[in-house]
Amino acid sequence: MSHRLSLCQAFVFLLRRDLLLALRNRAEYAMPLLFFVLVITLFPLALGASPELLARIAPGIIWVAALLAAMLSLDSIFRSDFDDGSLEQILLSAHPVAVLVLAKVTAHWLVTGVPLLLAAPLLAEMLGMPGEAQPVLLLTILLGTPILSLIGAIGVALTVGLRKGGIILSLLVLPLYVPVLIFAASATENAAAGFDPSAQIYMLMAFLFLSTSLSPWATAAALRMSVS
Amino acid sequence: MRNDRLLFEHLDIHLEAGQMLVVEGPNGCGKTSLLRILTGLRLADGGEVLWRQQPIDRLAGDYFEQVNYVGHHDGVKNELSCLENLRLARAMGVPSSLDLDEVLEQVNLYAYGETEAGSLSAGQKRRLALARLLATDAMLWILDEPFTSLDKASMALFSGLFEQQLERRGVIVMTSHHDISLPTQALQRLRLGVAA
Amino acid sequence: MFLWFHKLGSPPHFYRIAGRWIPWLTWIFLLLLAAGLYGGLIEAPPDYQQGESYRIMFVHVPAAWMSLFIYVVMAVCGAIIIIWRMKLAEVVLISSAPIGASFTFLALVTGSLWGKPMWGTYWVWDARLTSELILLFLYLGIIGLHNAIDDKRTAARAVAILALVGVVNIPIIHYSVEWWHSLHQGPTVTKFGKPSIHWSMLLPLLLMALAFQVYYVLALLHRCRAELLRRERNSKWVEEL
Repeated sequence: MSHRLSLCQAFVFLLRRDLLLALRNRAEYAMPLLFFVLVITLFPLALGASPELLARIAPGIIWVAALLAAMLSLDSIFRSDFDDGSLEQILLSAHPVAVLVLAKVTAHWLVTGVPLLLAAPLLAEMLGMPGEAQPVLLLTILLGTPILSLIGAIGVALTVGLRKGGIILSLLVLPLYVPVLIFAASATENAAAGFDPSAQIYMLMAFLFLSTSLSPWATAAALRMSVS
Repeated sequence: MRNDRLLFEHLDIHLEAGQMLVVEGPNGCGKTSLLRILTGLRLADGGEVLWRQQPIDRLAGDYFEQVNYVGHHDGVKNELSCLENLRLARAMGVPSSLDLDEVLEQVNLYAYGETEAGSLSAGQKRRLALARLLATDAMLWILDEPFTSLDKASMALFSGLFEQQLERRGVIVMTSHHDISLPTQALQRLRLGVAA
Repeated sequence: MFLWFHKLGSPPHFYRIAGRWIPWLTWIFLLLLAAGLYGGLIEAPPDYQQGESYRIMFVHVPAAWMSLFIYVVMAVCGAIIIIWRMKLAEVVLISSAPIGASFTFLALVTGSLWGKPMWGTYWVWDARLTSELILLFLYLGIIGLHNAIDDKRTAARAVAILALVGVVNIPIIHYSVEWWHSLHQGPTVTKFGKPSIHWSMLLPLLLMALAFQVYYVLALLHRCRAELLRRERNSKWVEEL
């Protein structure tokens, strides 16, 4: 009888499985990115295309859009596995569920968060954000989107078993997203105005660390609840 | 309890190595709930499940390592091929010594190794779901209606596999609407849903 | 002592004991409320900065305290539910949520009424009011999630997790909002903080806080009893009532 895989191997295995599944379901995963672009496009239409106004509120717009796009994408973390019984098998695995959850959330971030990173510079230009602010914007997205995936995973895990889960998911998750929004938008605004954004960046790093260490456990507990 | 309805109480079951328990009863009497409580997927309102005299919630991963569960859902991803699905099942548990091609051969799915599971028929998918029993090594098999969608030949095939598992000193708990032909000394029956 | 506590955890005992406490608590609440309101509305002198309008603080501040306190109570219940699965903790958690939400709403309304004479608008994006608003959403999330799940024991586990996640996030959210507010302050300084506290103002404030505490326990006992009846309606002790 051979032994089970090491935890590391199991993590990588599940990560690769999820990336493979995303690759085969490309259309589903393109939606959040399109939504991101669409929402940002709506603001100039609603507020008038005055360059000073847009440039001033650009960080806020981009981050609100990133938040909404992240929320839209959350359902895909556990929905398919819940529906076909794979989630039960993951919960019954010999490996700690929190680590497996982290693998799935990492895959989710790679598929939904990283594209935002690629689209952001273009959109920042379209809104007239000063060039000096763009690296900081990208840094906030790099740090912030994993936090959104991690915190969002808790919300999805709590609601995946519900019939109308999507509606209540927003109510659960948006209040928890507020700190990330505040610091990420503020960091970018500071950079755009020529000030130092490092305090905000450090806060984001702290949030990332905190959510990486705590949220997988909460998510695992919530999944067990949803599946029972 | 399920949604305020008491499903069963005062249940006392003992199973030794090499024994099999078949849970019977009308629909809705709680067979699935009982099985899920045994796997640890569901919490009982009272009482405990012991594996080798230890509560399963304390054993956690060590217990799950020794359990194979096939429930109502196949636990199979439509977008992955049969082989990819089995590889995942192995990664989650303890791999058996069988080569995956041998596993597929034994369940008559050898030709579909690279086929996406989504294009299989219901019976084929069920065989794939049950193939995890061969792909991983587990002492305890908990099976909820394993024979759904299977034809007679496949049912006989898996009954044979169940016998092998019992000979290996494994334990099986299952529910089924179909008749299981097994030597009676290894078989226990539990009937739920009988009015008190 | 421990035995009494253990007995309290059993639904039929809790039901009876709570029933006996309710009349006493009602009187205590009414007395404290009367004393607090008298002290705050009549006895205490007008504030040198804000005049008479500051008096709404006697309701606003204790309500805000209660909104946070009740959430912490829910989080403690959440921990008890996850570790020991105690039925009474489940009942206390879900019964506290609407009460906590009401106090939060009260804090928001009184806060906005307080703002009107000072700033001319009913809403300012003050740090405390914004935090209270987010707290209200957290409460509504708990109530909503509990309603959405049919099996109430599973629902209790769900809201327990949510309450614990929320209680960890509340200091983070509060700090973030404070920080945000300090960043975007206009030339005026919002002062929802307590005015220079004098004994004649502190005493009614504490009386009101105590009154609200007693009210919480009172409302909680009422709700818990109702919830217990609903949950255990098929059991013998309920049939014997």
